Amino acid sequence: MSVNETFSPTIVAFCCNWCSYAGADLSGTNRLQYPANVKIIRIPCSCRLNPMFILRAFQRGADGVILCGCHPGDCHYTTGNYYARRRMTLLFSMLDFLGIEEERTRVEWVSAAEGAKFAATMNEFVATITKLGPNRRLEDLRCRKE
Amino acid sequence: MQKRMIAKATELLNNGTVDRVLGWKTGEFFYDLTPAVFDSVSALEAKFVFNSFSGANLSKYLIAESRKPGKIAVFLKPCDSYSFTQLLKEHRILRENVYVIGVQCDGMCDIDKVRNIIGEGLLSVRKDGNHLIAETFDATKTIAKSDVLLERCAVCKSKKIVTYDELIGEQGDVCESDRFDEVARLEAMTPEERFEFWRNELSRCIRCNACRNVCPACSCEKCVFDNDNSGVKNKAAADSFEENMFHIIRAFHVASRCTDCGECSRVCPQHIPLHLLNRKFIKDINELYGPYMAGADLNTKPALMDYTKDDCEPSIVYERNGGAQ
Repeated sequence: MSVNETFSPTIVAFCCNWCSYAGADLSGTNRLQYPANVKIIRIPCSCRLNPMFILRAFQRGADGVILCGCHPGDCHYTTGNYYARRRMTLLFSMLDFLGIEEERTRVEWVSAAEGAKFAATMNEFVATITKLGPNRRLEDLRCRKE
Repeated sequence: MQKRMIAKATELLNNGTVDRVLGWKTGEFFYDLTPAVFDSVSALEAKFVFNSFSGANLSKYLIAESRKPGKIAVFLKPCDSYSFTQLLKEHRILRENVYVIGVQCDGMCDIDKVRNIIGEGLLSVRKDGNHLIAETFDATKTIAKSDVLLERCAVCKSKKIVTYDELIGEQGDVCESDRFDEVARLEAMTPEERFEFWRNELSRCIRCNACRNVCPACSCEKCVFDNDNSGVKNKAAADSFEENMFHIIRAFHVASRCTDCGECSRVCPQHIPLHLLNRKFIKDINELYGPYMAGADLNTKPALMDYTKDDCEPSIVYERNGGAQ
């Protein structure tokens, strides 16, 4: 399958309500550009992210999934992101074990003051996924739109 | 061994220590031993069986059985005792209603491996020391037991019976095991090869749910896969995604609680090496968060229910593979 030159990936970004969602907001008020491919879903805390959500995003056509949360130690609920960190490490390792491209999933810690980091991360992530091409190994053909 | 076990169970039933005994009986075929509850000495003598095919892990049945009135005796092999201890830790079994008889085990056999060696027409198999004597309709053949062990027994992790009230046979020790070799072999492959390997294995899945139903760690009363809206409830997978989804989530739900008892692979009618998924998690946990054995004691916290401030970042997955980013 050849990667179409006009391929425009769909990226799902799960952002924690307290840090990263506010960080995304800040990058918007600062007029920083990041691609419109990124669809942000707000979650109460990074540890709210059930591993099934990530698989579900891939099923419904996402080409990359990124989780943004408060920096470790800064969690609004004190310890949520520590648990999320362990879970995501193991999940990503398992996806890699099953042969799913490892660059498709990522965790990035973005605080409410890091609007610039948020925009830079998203620019870089979209570029990586565009280079990687569409998600074919973990897609559900029944959900394909075209 | 079987005689000693029946004698012990008879004694416990007669002196009123227990009201029921959980053991194994012959199912449809002689190699098809199935868990059974015996409530009388006569039933025990007529049906109780313990031989090289008593692979079934009885610990999960205690979740329901320990909540029934009266006390139940159960026979646990070393690996079953790990599952039992893990369930105790999760407060799933009422310990006071269970009388545990630990039985030492020298490995359980895989009937498919016996058939591969013997061929057609198998009538019975009995154990004689380190050998199995298999009778077919026209011959009697002797095979080495080590050639037909279940995969999990060939790489046995422990002969230690963790929790027991009484022992039949010797207490054993944790074994040196090379059970992670196969996982390491897969890890050394390229992602493309791994993807092909798992596509080949997982595409055989018929979604019978046997792996979930037999797993002692999978003991939720309401399972996420029974949800009509889960999108993965179909009996036959309609898309490769469903198999991936089901097996990733099944393994993830037992990660850090799985004792590697190997029941998932034993019961799989399609011979999918499901234990490799669980072992991958165990191997990762051991490497990233320090050695941890689920069910080895009642105090330590499972890796996913614990954290430290300087845990590795999820990007370690890329770094380990040579740093794609």
